[in-house]
Amino acid sequence: MKYIIAIIQPDRMDDVLQKLEEKEIHLVTVTSVMGRGRQKGVATVYRSHKEAGSLLKKIKLEIAVNDAFVKPAIDAIVAGGRTGEVGDGKIFVLDLAECMRIRTGESGGVAIG
Amino acid sequence: MRKRNLMFGLPLFTALGTGFAGMAVAEEAAAPAVAAVAAAAPPVINSGDTAWLLASAALVMLMTPGLAFFYGGLVRRKNVLSVLMQCMAILCLVTIQWVLLGYSLSFGPDIKGIIGDLSWVGLNGVGLEPHSVYGTTVPHQAFMIFQAMFAVITPALIIGAFAERIKFVPFCIFTLLWSTIVYDPVCHWVWADKGLLGTFGGMGALDFAGGTVVHINAGMAALAAALFLGKRIGYPDKMSPPHNLPFAVLGAGLLWFGWFGFNAGSALAANGLAASAFVVTHVATAAAGLAWGIMDLFFNKRSTVLGVITGAVAGLVAITPASGFVTPMGAIIIGIGAGVICYISVSFCKAKLGYDDSLDAFGVHGVGGIFGALATGLLATKLVNSAGADGLFYGNPGQLFIQIKAVAITMVYSFIASYVLFWIVDKLFGLRASEHEERVGLDLAEHREAGYTTLE
Repeated sequence: MKYIIAIIQPDRMDDVLQKLEEKEIHLVTVTSVMGRGRQKGVATVYRSHKEAGSLLKKIKLEIAVNDAFVKPAIDAIVAGGRTGEVGDGKIFVLDLAECMRIRTGESGGVAIG
Repeated sequence: MRKRNLMFGLPLFTALGTGFAGMAVAEEAAAPAVAAVAAAAPPVINSGDTAWLLASAALVMLMTPGLAFFYGGLVRRKNVLSVLMQCMAILCLVTIQWVLLGYSLSFGPDIKGIIGDLSWVGLNGVGLEPHSVYGTTVPHQAFMIFQAMFAVITPALIIGAFAERIKFVPFCIFTLLWSTIVYDPVCHWVWADKGLLGTFGGMGALDFAGGTVVHINAGMAALAAALFLGKRIGYPDKMSPPHNLPFAVLGAGLLWFGWFGFNAGSALAANGLAASAFVVTHVATAAAGLAWGIMDLFFNKRSTVLGVITGAVAGLVAITPASGFVTPMGAIIIGIGAGVICYISVSFCKAKLGYDDSLDAFGVHGVGGIFGALATGLLATKLVNSAGADGLFYGNPGQLFIQIKAVAITMVYSFIASYVLFWIVDKLFGLRASEHEERVGLDLAEHREAGYTTLE
């Protein structure tokens, strides 16, 4: 089991979720986050005072998958999230020690998805 | 300046007043020159005038919560409640101050043109009969409560300068002192019978609805606050942007709405002058909002929402002293001037000079008020208001000099007195929040509340 964390552009979220859906990956947690990377922000202006905007809005996706779904999940996120511009984001893959469904008490691979 | 509406009451002389014979009669006999006419025929309450003035008082009341949202939207999340609270606290505090003391100091029987005496303390003698000079066709208490709303919003405007870094209780003490020592005398000078700057036997400065009394007065206090308190931590480069611009737009909308009561209500009657003030208020505001939007487009490549609403408020400020004396075309000139001049003061001058007027209380109210008061000396015409005066553009350069003098006197007195009051309150109680409190935010530090929850 793996735990996938993806940071993507906010405006790509709908596409990414649709691609995941197509690969039958339904379990996903979405958070609105702020962060920074190599991408330069867009300066905002308030009464002529420019805010450099060092942190940018991003979307964080968290997805727990069985090993067979790791590659399809990554492919889906890339397919939906890539624009080719700086700031498209990152995908991190972590080992997942355990997973339990609270309702039934099932654990392990069957509890995912 | 307030238009006297003696003509309304005269032919209608009846015994309407007998039921309240004991109230507010003695001092009316002492009214000046014109009031001699009134003495022959005691004024009668006009229901239309009274209805409009009471509605106007309610409109002006709404401006303070409106201002709270205007300012509240512009601060950071952690300080939103502190600003809303300061506005609501002023609404409560100054209302009581006004009833107990302020109204008497401002409008009570004159002492040498400087201040009212204490004979109306606790509204003693301020009854339901019209006063012979102030709103001669409405109950005296209607005039009093209308004026109370002005006394409330004026110190609330100053909040913009010290937002995000002042302690609550010392702020309340400052507000009470400022209302008593700065607002009440200046109000007396300009609007009271025999006040030294005004048109009731004074120097003849025109201020229809509060350019000097409200805006220059609050604006100079704001400058004193910004200079005395110093900058917020991180100003100017490490500050978060306004946390809720939709709030600011809501607040600006409420201010614009309430301002019809402020300016058109200052006619103290439901008449042509009120309609004229209503029209020029709206026109100048629209012109100023547009002017700021265009300046933004020119200098920053984009028109900003905050720019347009700031411009609109600058227009409201600038038309305030002129609103009973200028034509709609004059209002457009004042609006454009206010938009451009306040834009320059906020965008360029403030950045150059480096003081931290958090929400531009001086840059908009001070500068806009000064411009409006001077523009009144240029554009006023008796064609609009025969009780007013002609300005420079209508062949009377003398009026401009009177305006300049009144502006200068108000600026100097308000700045110095406000600065001294800040100094005294700071020495006694400590005005500025600690560095830790400022970093944590005043909502939590001063009020143990949070404006927003993140979890349900």
